Amino acid sequence: MDPITRRELMLEHYQNPVHKGLLNDKEYIKVNTHNESCIDNLEIAVKIEDGIIKDIRFDGEACAISTSATSIMIETLLGKSIDKVKEIVQNYENMINEENYDEEILGQLNVYNETYLQPNRKKCALLPFDALKQILKQIEKEK
Amino acid sequence: MNRSDFPMLQNDLIYFDNGATTLKPQTVIDEMVDYYSNYSANAHRGDYDVSLKVDKMYENVRDKVQKLINCAKREEVVFTKGATESLNMIVFGYMKYILKENDEVLITKAEHASNVLPWLQLAKEIGIKIKYIPLDEQHELTLSSLQKSITDKTKVISLAHITNVVGDVRPLEEIGKICKAKKILFVVDGAQSVAHIPIDVQKYNVAFLAFSAHKMLGPTGVGVLYGRYDLLNIMHPLQYGGGMNNLFEIDGTVEYKNIPTRLEAGTPPIAEVIGLGKAIDYLLDIGIDNIHKYEVQLKEYAINKLEQIPNIKIYNKHSQSGIIAFNIDGVFSQDTAVYLNHYHICVRAGNHCAKILKDEFKINNTCRISFYLYNTKAEIDTLVKVLEQSENIFKIVL
Ligand SMILES: Cc1ncc(COP(=O)(O)O)c(C=O)c1O
Repeated sequence: MDPITRRELMLEHYQNPVHKGLLNDKEYIKVNTHNESCIDNLEIAVKIEDGIIKDIRFDGEACAISTSATSIMIETLLGKSIDKVKEIVQNYENMINEENYDEEILGQLNVYNETYLQPNRKKCALLPFDALKQILKQIEKEK
Repeated sequence: MNRSDFPMLQNDLIYFDNGATTLKPQTVIDEMVDYYSNYSANAHRGDYDVSLKVDKMYENVRDKVQKLINCAKREEVVFTKGATESLNMIVFGYMKYILKENDEVLITKAEHASNVLPWLQLAKEIGIKIKYIPLDEQHELTLSSLQKSITDKTKVISLAHITNVVGDVRPLEEIGKICKAKKILFVVDGAQSVAHIPIDVQKYNVAFLAFSAHKMLGPTGVGVLYGRYDLLNIMHPLQYGGGMNNLFEIDGTVEYKNIPTRLEAGTPPIAEVIGLGKAIDYLLDIGIDNIHKYEVQLKEYAINKLEQIPNIKIYNKHSQSGIIAFNIDGVFSQDTAVYLNHYHICVRAGNHCAKILKDEFKINNTCRISFYLYNTKAEIDTLVKVLEQSENIFKIVL
């Protein structure tokens, strides 16, 4: 992806993120996450039905990378099964951490394929995914 | 003062994060290397020459601190790990044994976590009440607001001399007078001030003062607790062990040393204390008053220029210190810091350990510029130029 398209996509999702604002709905599982080395603070809420991601919403204040990654993550994961989501999360983490990954499965999330060049921003790109993983863990425990 | 005194400044770097820590002059570094190279023995122990030299060099620094803060006795100076440890000693080694349930401690929402959390914890332990003196619309403390907050139950007022986000200078002399008249203990957090503006603990009626060497050209790992002799003398140590006792028996009989040694259990940070001594020499050579004047000049110069940039919001234009808190409209503070870092300009983004300030500013995060004596107008010009082009910010940070 060329740098200009990449930046424009991130910027669009930073300035106009999708699904911002939490709903007062008990069916959502919610976690709060903040990055240890910086000051991002996001709340992420996920609604799952029959093993499918029905909705994800978020709120909070965070940097351009964290916020856009949250928004793009939401777009990418809506309607996917939990197994598929796990696969995507694993591949995304591999990409950020410079390991082998499947480009195809990541779709728009590929815009973060050069974040590793700024090592101190890796955590920002991983932030919403860390939150999501916490939620998936909770669900597994409840089973 | 020469910029060449500071090896860090030889790097291609504009360092505007002096509120977090300051750079070290070569003299301080050399002094510590000299200890490690030429007389690296323990303190208060030996009977041989180099060990005696350690004692002399270490104890000498107490005299230098005494001169810096003008306390009555050198025994009133205790070496600690830093401002945070000093404040914890004040709260848990002294206040815990003096204060009673429902006694009131006055602080403000602009205090650093290290002057808030120990008090909140003590409130949980013994039921004292922590009250916040209301700040004015510029987030600063006024004397009238302070006076109105005092009640019959007020036993302690604990304030930063200079706050670390707003950078306002508290009128210590007047507050000290009020405290004296009302028999209130006046605790001062000097972390942001001791190397920036003169302090006189006797004149200002200060009961306790806390500060860190690393924010005043000195090394990390060491700080100072000053306590008025009669108060310090009944402070309970938070640490027991070697160095602070005269004798002990297995049956539990113990005789402790006098202050300040009683409050310095274990091997102290010897090299760091000696380094702090050199830092004080450096500061007193220039004159703390001159440092303050210079910082205020730098701030005025910077504010005049930053005000011209339309999309920049400054939160503390008027405070009389070297601290500027700002944001670029529509940009998260951390992104601003990353952008400036691209031009080798070091500033800090975040809540600056004063989390409760968000109740006042109605924002969670700012970028903070904090100047010190080696910063220059030319460096400010570079900052301004970079901020003027901030429409490019996302080309850099994304
Ligand atoms: C006002 C104030 N008080 C206390 C501290 C704590 O100092 P230290 O971390 O050196 O113990 C700081 C450090 O940022 C500070 O700015």
